[in-house]
Amino acid sequence: MFTRKPLLAGALLAGFATAALAQQGPNLGQPITEADVGEWNINAMPDGTGLPPGSGTPAQGAPIYAQKCALCHGEGGKGGRSAALVGKPPITGIDSPKTIANFWGYATTLFDFTRRSMPWVTPRTLTNDEVYAITAYILAENKLIGPNDEMNAQTLPKVKMPNADNFIIRFPDKI
Amino acid sequence: MSNRKHDRGGRTSPPVEQVAGNGLLDRRALLGRGIAFAGAIGTGVGASLTGAAAEPLKDDPWSQAAGANSKPYETRSRFEEKVGRILSNPNGEPRTSHARTPHHLINGVVTPNGLHFTINHSGIPDIDPDKHRLVIHGLVRQPKVFTLEALSRYPMVTQTTYVECGGNSAPMFSNEPLQGTVQQLHGLVSCAEWTGVRLSTLLDEVGVDPKAKWFVAEGADSLALSRSVPLTKAWDDALVALYQNGERIMPGNGYPMRLVLPAWQGNMNVKFLRRIQVSENPAMSYYETRTYSQLLPNGKAYRFHFLTEVKSFITQPSPGLNLKGQGFYEISGIAYSANGRISKVMVSADGGKSWAQAALQAPVMPKSFTRFRAPWNWNGGPAILQSRAWDEAGNVQPLRADFVAARGQTQKPPNMGGFPNQHYNSITSWAVDPSGQVKHVYA
Repeated sequence: MFTRKPLLAGALLAGFATAALAQQGPNLGQPITEADVGEWNINAMPDGTGLPPGSGTPAQGAPIYAQKCALCHGEGGKGGRSAALVGKPPITGIDSPKTIANFWGYATTLFDFTRRSMPWVTPRTLTNDEVYAITAYILAENKLIGPNDEMNAQTLPKVKMPNADNFIIRFPDKI
Repeated sequence: MSNRKHDRGGRTSPPVEQVAGNGLLDRRALLGRGIAFAGAIGTGVGASLTGAAAEPLKDDPWSQAAGANSKPYETRSRFEEKVGRILSNPNGEPRTSHARTPHHLINGVVTPNGLHFTINHSGIPDIDPDKHRLVIHGLVRQPKVFTLEALSRYPMVTQTTYVECGGNSAPMFSNEPLQGTVQQLHGLVSCAEWTGVRLSTLLDEVGVDPKAKWFVAEGADSLALSRSVPLTKAWDDALVALYQNGERIMPGNGYPMRLVLPAWQGNMNVKFLRRIQVSENPAMSYYETRTYSQLLPNGKAYRFHFLTEVKSFITQPSPGLNLKGQGFYEISGIAYSANGRISKVMVSADGGKSWAQAALQAPVMPKSFTRFRAPWNWNGGPAILQSRAWDEAGNVQPLRADFVAARGQTQKPPNMGGFPNQHYNSITSWAVDPSGQVKHVYA
C-alpha cells in the first residue's frame, strides 16, 4: 500500500516540518539542478516528455542509416546479424518475431532506444537531429509515416503504431 | 534386523512409510534423527548400496604433509573447476551474453557469487566505484547525486531474494520437450543475500511529488539500459544494493550498485544503477514494451509482467545426474514466489498420479528460494519426478496443460538457447529410466 511515504512527500512539498524531517536521514546526497543532470537525461516518453529540440526527415535519415546502422541491421532495415527494423510479418504464434511495425506500441520508444543505446559499438554519438532522421527513415520504410514527414518533438508522439491497442497490463494492481 | 525401531543412543526414530506412489517416503524421514524405514519398503533401503566391505583405510599424500598457504581471497578446490556457468556468447561477440547457473551442481538456498546468473546486453562495464554516481531527479523537490561512499553510510537492510530473468525456462514453451539440463532449462534464476539502502529512504530525502507514480531506472552500461518501475515497489521493498552475499556486487551483477526489486522480473533490477527519474508515467522503454512484453496465443501481449509467479523445479536428480542403482535418494529442488513465502511443495514420482509433501528447509523466507527435499526409495523401475509449489498468498504452480492452454506453445521446437516466450512457471518433469538415466519429458 501507498500510505506513509506519499503523505511524507506531500508534507515536504507543502513545507511542513521540512528541516526536522530532513534531519531524520543521513542526507548525504549533493543537490543538483535538473539542468545539470545534463547528458544523462535521455528518457523520451510517449507523451513527448524528454524529446529534445531538433528534427529529421526520412530522406535525411537514409544516408545516416546506411552509414551507421546497416552494418548490423542490414540494407534498408531488412535485418542482418541484428534484428530487422523494417517489415510487418503477421503474428502467428507466441514466438513470432516482434517488429517495430507489428508489435511496438509507441514511436517514441524508437527514438529513445536509438538515442540511448545505438549504434551498439558507439552509443550516444548521434546528434538529436540524426536520431530524429533515422527514426523518420525507419518509420517511413515501415509505412507508418509518409515519405516526406518530418519527425520532431511535436510530430513523433502523434505517430499511430498499429499494434498500440493490443497490450494487456499484466498486474494493474501493482501500479 | 527389523527396521521398525532403530535404537540410537536411547532415541527412537519413528518408522517411515511410503506416502505416495513409486517409492516416495514421508518427509519426516529427513527431519533430523536417524532414518528408520518401514520394513514394508524393503529392497535396498537402509542397507549398504554395494553390500561389499570397504577397503582398509590408510593415509593419502595430502594427509602426510602440510598443505598450501592461505590466500587473501579463497577460491574453490581445483577439483570443482568443472562447476561453471554455461555461456551463450563465450567469445564476446557484439550481442547479449547469458551465463546460466548450474543448479544441479550446487545445493542450499543461496547461489555463490561466481555462479549467479548474469545477462549483459552490451558486456560488463569496468566501473570505477569512486567515480560512479547515482542521481535521483524528475518529479522531486530537490534532485540529488549520491556517491558510493555516501550510500555506504546509510542505514542498510539485508534481504535474501532471487533474481529471475523473464526469459528463464523459455525452452519450456517448446511444443516438444527439449533435452537439456536444469541449468540449460532454468539457469536464468539465482538467489543471493543482497544488502543495501532502501530506495524509499533516498526518495524521502529528495521528496517525491504526490502526482508521481513511476520511476525510470537506468544503468551506466553502454546501452544505458532503462526500465520503468511503479513507485509502489519503491515504498514496499526496493533496494539500492551494494553487497551480494556479503561482498561487493560482482561486476556482471551490477557493480558497484544495482536496483534489487525483490522477486520482480530480472531485467527491471537495473544493474550499474546511475539514474532514477521519478515520473508520472512509464517511459515505455525498449525492454519493457518490446523485449519483455509477452505474446499470447490470441495475438495480444502482456505488458508489465512484474511478478515472477509461484514456481519450483527439481534440481537433484535431474538430467546429467543419473541414478546409480536402486535405493535411497533425496529428491531436492527449489521453489519461489513473488507473492511471499512458499507454503507447500508436493513431489510426485509417478508423473503426477500421486503426491507426497516435501520438507521445506528452514528458514522459509519471503521472495527467496526455498529448498525442498523429499526422501525417495527408487525401486529401479521407470519414474517421472515432478514438483509443484504453493505460496502463502494461495497461488499454486499451474499444471502444464493449464499453462499451455493459457500461454501457448511453439509450433516447432526452438533452439535450446532461444527465447520463444517468457515467464514460464509451470511444472518440470524428469523421467528416470531403469538404467538410471534422467531425461526431460512432458507429463
